[in-house]
Amino acid sequence: MQWESWSAFWNMGGAAFFVWGSYGLTFVLVALELALVFQRRKDTVSRLLRWRKAVGRNGGGGGPGNGSRNESRNGPARAGVESQENETP
Amino acid sequence: MSRPDRGPSILRFAAPQNFYPLAGRLAPWFAGIAAVLTVVGLWLGFFVAPTDATQGEVYRVIFIHVPAAWMSMFVYLVMAFWSAVGLVMNTRLSFLMSQALAPTGAMFCVVALWTGALWGRPTWGAYWVWDARLTSQALLLFLYLGFIALTRTIEDPRRADRAGALIALVGAVNVPVIYFSVQWWNTLHQGASVSLTRAPSMAATMLAGMLVMAFAAWAYTLAVALWRVRPMILERERHAEWVGAVLTREAQRQGGRT
Repeated sequence: MQWESWSAFWNMGGAAFFVWGSYGLTFVLVALELALVFQRRKDTVSRLLRWRKAVGRNGGGGGPGNGSRNESRNGPARAGVESQENETP
Repeated sequence: MSRPDRGPSILRFAAPQNFYPLAGRLAPWFAGIAAVLTVVGLWLGFFVAPTDATQGEVYRVIFIHVPAAWMSMFVYLVMAFWSAVGLVMNTRLSFLMSQALAPTGAMFCVVALWTGALWGRPTWGAYWVWDARLTSQALLLFLYLGFIALTRTIEDPRRADRAGALIALVGAVNVPVIYFSVQWWNTLHQGASVSLTRAPSMAATMLAGMLVMAFAAWAYTLAVALWRVRPMILERERHAEWVGAVLTREAQRQGGRT
């Protein structure tokens, strides 16, 4: 064990700001990244569900290879639902 | 392009509908490994490794600084690798994989620069100097940010994939520059403490803590990239029938919870 006491541990030999500043930001960034990843997953699933309902694709039909592949990646969110995506299977 | 039921080999997982569930199964394991290794690494770093003879306690920044710097370089090389695979084999999943890795690589790059600044101030007297190591590492951050901006702003996914792959491949030249900068130029940044050819110039317990943290960062990157690529796959493959099945299952799960 390297430390006389917990206060010595937190003091880090006078380098507390530099050591804990390093570890602090790292853990904040890791937590933030994990939160963003899970949020994005939830958002994507609900957005795609809405999109499938809008184009009436929920119960099968369609299938791979029928839609145009090179539409905008934001297609299901806004554009396209009304116009070219509105094909009933 | 993607025929799910062909080929018994590992290549089967190049098909998005096979890779999607595989990624979902693997990610929690890598996350668990990362958590355990982080606890072990921090324990080694803070409670086993001795005080440094010349630097005192501030050297303990090393247990994140070096793993983060290694990861930031390694992730970029992996991105370049998947980009090359994507360009040559025309596999959609390879491009998605390199795009799923980019934010984590950028995160590690920020961590390496930030912890380096906080380590530099008490040991060199400056948060930042324009030496070759620090400058090339800063360039790496801009390459990451450029890659992310480019792949997200180009509307057509195929063009976005290709543009991103190009910047990943060209930018990869910078990685050996970062790594060897401390030999090629006279830098304030110290040379490598760990190499494959020489005995490491640090105490065994310090080295152990650093390596354990490096493996933790590695497992974390795998977990996060696999988690991140999954919704990206759903988005790209949204016309496919299997995505409909996945979404229905997901809706039931969410409906059951609330």
